[in-house]
Amino acid sequence: MSDIAYKDKGSILRPIKTLGFFGRKAVTEKLEPRPAAANYRGFHVNDWEVCIGCSTCQKVCDNAAISMVKIPSLPEDPVKGIRNERPAIDYGRCCWCGLCVDICPTSSLSLTTEYVHTCREDELDSYFILPDPKGIHAEHFPRGWSKSEDADLVDLERQPMEELDAEERLKSFDEMVEGFTDQQAIIEASRCVQCGMCHDSCPTHMHAPEYIRAIWEGNAEEAVRQIYRSNPFSHVCGRVCTHRCETACSIGRRGEPVAIRWLKRYAMDAVPDLRIREIAAEGKVDYISGKKVAIIGAGPAGLTAAFDLIRKGHEVTVFEALDKPGGMTRYGIPEYRLPYDRLDADVAVITSLGVKIQYNTRIGEDISFSELERNHDAVLVTIGLQQGRSTRIPGSDHQQVKKAVDLLRNITQGKAFTVPHSAVVIGGGNVAMDIARSLARLQKEQYGEVRITLTALEDFDHFLADPEEVKEAREEGIEILDSRGPKQCIISDNGELSGLMTLRVVSIFDQDGRFAPRYDDSDNQMHAADMVIEAIGQMTDISLFGDELTERLEWKRGRLKVDQDGHSSEPWLWSAGDMVSGPDVVHAVADGHRVAASIEKHLAVPGS
Amino acid sequence: MRPENYQAKSQPPSNEYELNFGPNHPGIEGNYAFKVKLNGDEVLEARADAGYLHRGFEKLMEGRLWIQNIALVPRICVPDPVPMEVCYSLAIEEIGGLQAPERAQWIRVMQLEMSRLAAHLFAFGGHAATTGMYTPMFWGVADRDLVLDRFEELTGGRVYSIYNIPGGVRRDIPDGFLQRLSSLLDYLESRLPDYDNLFFTNQVFVKRARDVGKMTQEQALKWGVTGPNLRATGLAFDVRRDDPYLVYDRIEFDIPTEPGGDALSRNLVRRAELKQSIHILRQVIDRLPSIKGPIRCPIPNPLAWNVPAGEAYTRVESSKGELAYYVVSTGGDKPYRVHVRGPSSMHAVQVLENLAVGSRLEDIAQIMFSLDACPPEVDR
Repeated sequence: MSDIAYKDKGSILRPIKTLGFFGRKAVTEKLEPRPAAANYRGFHVNDWEVCIGCSTCQKVCDNAAISMVKIPSLPEDPVKGIRNERPAIDYGRCCWCGLCVDICPTSSLSLTTEYVHTCREDELDSYFILPDPKGIHAEHFPRGWSKSEDADLVDLERQPMEELDAEERLKSFDEMVEGFTDQQAIIEASRCVQCGMCHDSCPTHMHAPEYIRAIWEGNAEEAVRQIYRSNPFSHVCGRVCTHRCETACSIGRRGEPVAIRWLKRYAMDAVPDLRIREIAAEGKVDYISGKKVAIIGAGPAGLTAAFDLIRKGHEVTVFEALDKPGGMTRYGIPEYRLPYDRLDADVAVITSLGVKIQYNTRIGEDISFSELERNHDAVLVTIGLQQGRSTRIPGSDHQQVKKAVDLLRNITQGKAFTVPHSAVVIGGGNVAMDIARSLARLQKEQYGEVRITLTALEDFDHFLADPEEVKEAREEGIEILDSRGPKQCIISDNGELSGLMTLRVVSIFDQDGRFAPRYDDSDNQMHAADMVIEAIGQMTDISLFGDELTERLEWKRGRLKVDQDGHSSEPWLWSAGDMVSGPDVVHAVADGHRVAASIEKHLAVPGS
Repeated sequence: MRPENYQAKSQPPSNEYELNFGPNHPGIEGNYAFKVKLNGDEVLEARADAGYLHRGFEKLMEGRLWIQNIALVPRICVPDPVPMEVCYSLAIEEIGGLQAPERAQWIRVMQLEMSRLAAHLFAFGGHAATTGMYTPMFWGVADRDLVLDRFEELTGGRVYSIYNIPGGVRRDIPDGFLQRLSSLLDYLESRLPDYDNLFFTNQVFVKRARDVGKMTQEQALKWGVTGPNLRATGLAFDVRRDDPYLVYDRIEFDIPTEPGGDALSRNLVRRAELKQSIHILRQVIDRLPSIKGPIRCPIPNPLAWNVPAGEAYTRVESSKGELAYYVVSTGGDKPYRVHVRGPSSMHAVQVLENLAVGSRLEDIAQIMFSLDACPPEVDR
């Protein structure tokens, strides 16, 4: 029998009773949003202050859901490695795997615990979002899946670079850095996330991501090919470049930047010199333009311009006053940092393309400037800064007070001079380090001990020399004193130099930012020495221009006035390198390219 | 063809007819077509058509970086995604000479068993639904959801955990996770008698499933059957014990078998495995706190990771059977070839086609679900 107690008869209005349900409480409950787990992979947030726009998230995204969007209102600074681009995410593609978070070099990107988004048909664009710190609906949901130390996908540690220890270094001028092995280079190259910050920050915009990738692929020749797209001084730059690339490197945000400079050095050393010449010649035109260009000074700027111009089919002659090429890279940089045979290899690539270098030819003496002008379609002056500046403190005219650049040149040329038993170096830049460390080696050789003091105006927080130079100089036994300003060179009664008196620096610049050091007279120190070396900067010897041309040219604070491409007020005369800009090899190379492009443009005009 | 030339193909008088079973039907977790030729209710011939869920996983993997594939592989089997991640990671670790730290190995075992629990809850609920009993399905799915809650807490994702990575796992376990997992296990264990009363010992199910889709052990071995389906023919084969991976050789567990080889036996094996998985998880909960150390060995930058040339065949025991990955590297930053040996590809094609012949139309859904096949795993 059925459980349902039905009746045969009943009112036809009985179903109306069911209307009573309207008055009852609902059985269903309203669904409240359920909070997600603390580790949830929900919508993205991005800390715009921390994000540098490196686009690594975009590269790892397996759904190609991320695109980089330019935000003009945000700051952009290629030198510091900051782009004003931020990742935008297409939630039609995203799978919330969180790889973007795990690989983010800056840790700016996170996922939140927010996971509900819906919209009307006409708002479908709302699935394409530009994550900011507030989140998709500006509701500041707590962070869910975010970077954790043990799950970081960025390799923050660099491959160790083998170096001679200080004791071994002091014994000779042998190169102290040993370079990467093949294995180390591949591992180091594999750390790169190909963000290109290095390319943007490099003065000559080297194709570092490309050559690093090629090294990682084990293709050193391709790496050299990429290197020669923008830098014919890569043996040099692979050793002594100031590596702005590494400052900008996005891996360096939280860890050690990729060793871009050492990788360049590795690639250049891995390929035989003859093969490098073939690679460098690949882009050379197969015709002769009939134009002649004279370049004065065989330094990096001049030879880079020569490299570019010879590849365009012009006849290029370089006039060099000394007997070897390289300029400051040879006569300024000590051999323990840059072996001369590597510099020679770089120059040999350039001469192998047909650039002629006339050594021991001083313009203004051996050949007049007007003769150059007459015989060439364009003249480029890249003579650098070869004269040391003097402090002009009392006693600085003593014969035992030397200029760092002169001494370094002497050391390179092998000219004999009396190595001081003890020396004081004035200056805190890399040139000061170079002369101090060179003298240390000579002292060690001749006297068995190092007695060198280096006094710098700057304090250690604002030091000019590279931190590694400071560290290595200390290891070699050089005493480095910061915030010391030179007062006077002390000359004893018999006319011998007995040392340098320094004062503590109170401030270096005045309120307007002009160089005007102030000293505390009560805090003076005497540094005993039989030689004082000034390493406080260099200037150009402009005597080669001659009176008549000097009169015709425009000058700006003692420097030749040129436009941004290095073109002077004379239509046939250009200038580049340290003498117009500065301050290092890679800037000189960049300047060389720039000026070569300007000359090339000028020569392309018929009748020029 | 011109219409006037059309001639209908004349057929001899027959009781035979063809029926398309699927691609959407309650016999399987996903889109899967099954074409049967019937004489009345009796199946004469059956053809499986897996292509409705083809997403080209294996080919897709060849175009993606090694690490990007970790977001892809769990999609191969939605109800039981963890074995996919672990097996893929194990293959790369083998080629690349990496060793996941011990802590990561225990965490992997934990996830694998959690995933097995979730998958089996889903499977018996599904089978019940094909029998017309919807309550077990609701219970199974609702209790599976509690497992997913723990997955959400552990991995940040409920279904696609994307938590394993070559070299280990992506995050350490959250604070208090093991306690919460432990209370979940207590709850699930307390539910087992309810499942039994409602389903596994329910005569509606027992009588319905007994002798349906019966295969012998010889047939099973010939057809490449693995996992619970093989164990339901009386053979105690389990990759976890017979070819141990991770830390399974340090864990105690039984391998339940049933002699029948039919739909009932297959479900009873899964029911027994629920208990075993709970048992394994409790051992993990005991051991894990004492195992310190990293959760991942160092791996290269994923954007520049060349896995050395070589190949590996790794296998794990998924809830569906023996899951294996055959991965070939030519030394590049992407796999040269990945082949997935999905257990379901045997179960849902040759086994199902063979078992269906001679059975009745109404049994097909029973047979299909009792095999617990996963369509995307069939056609990768």
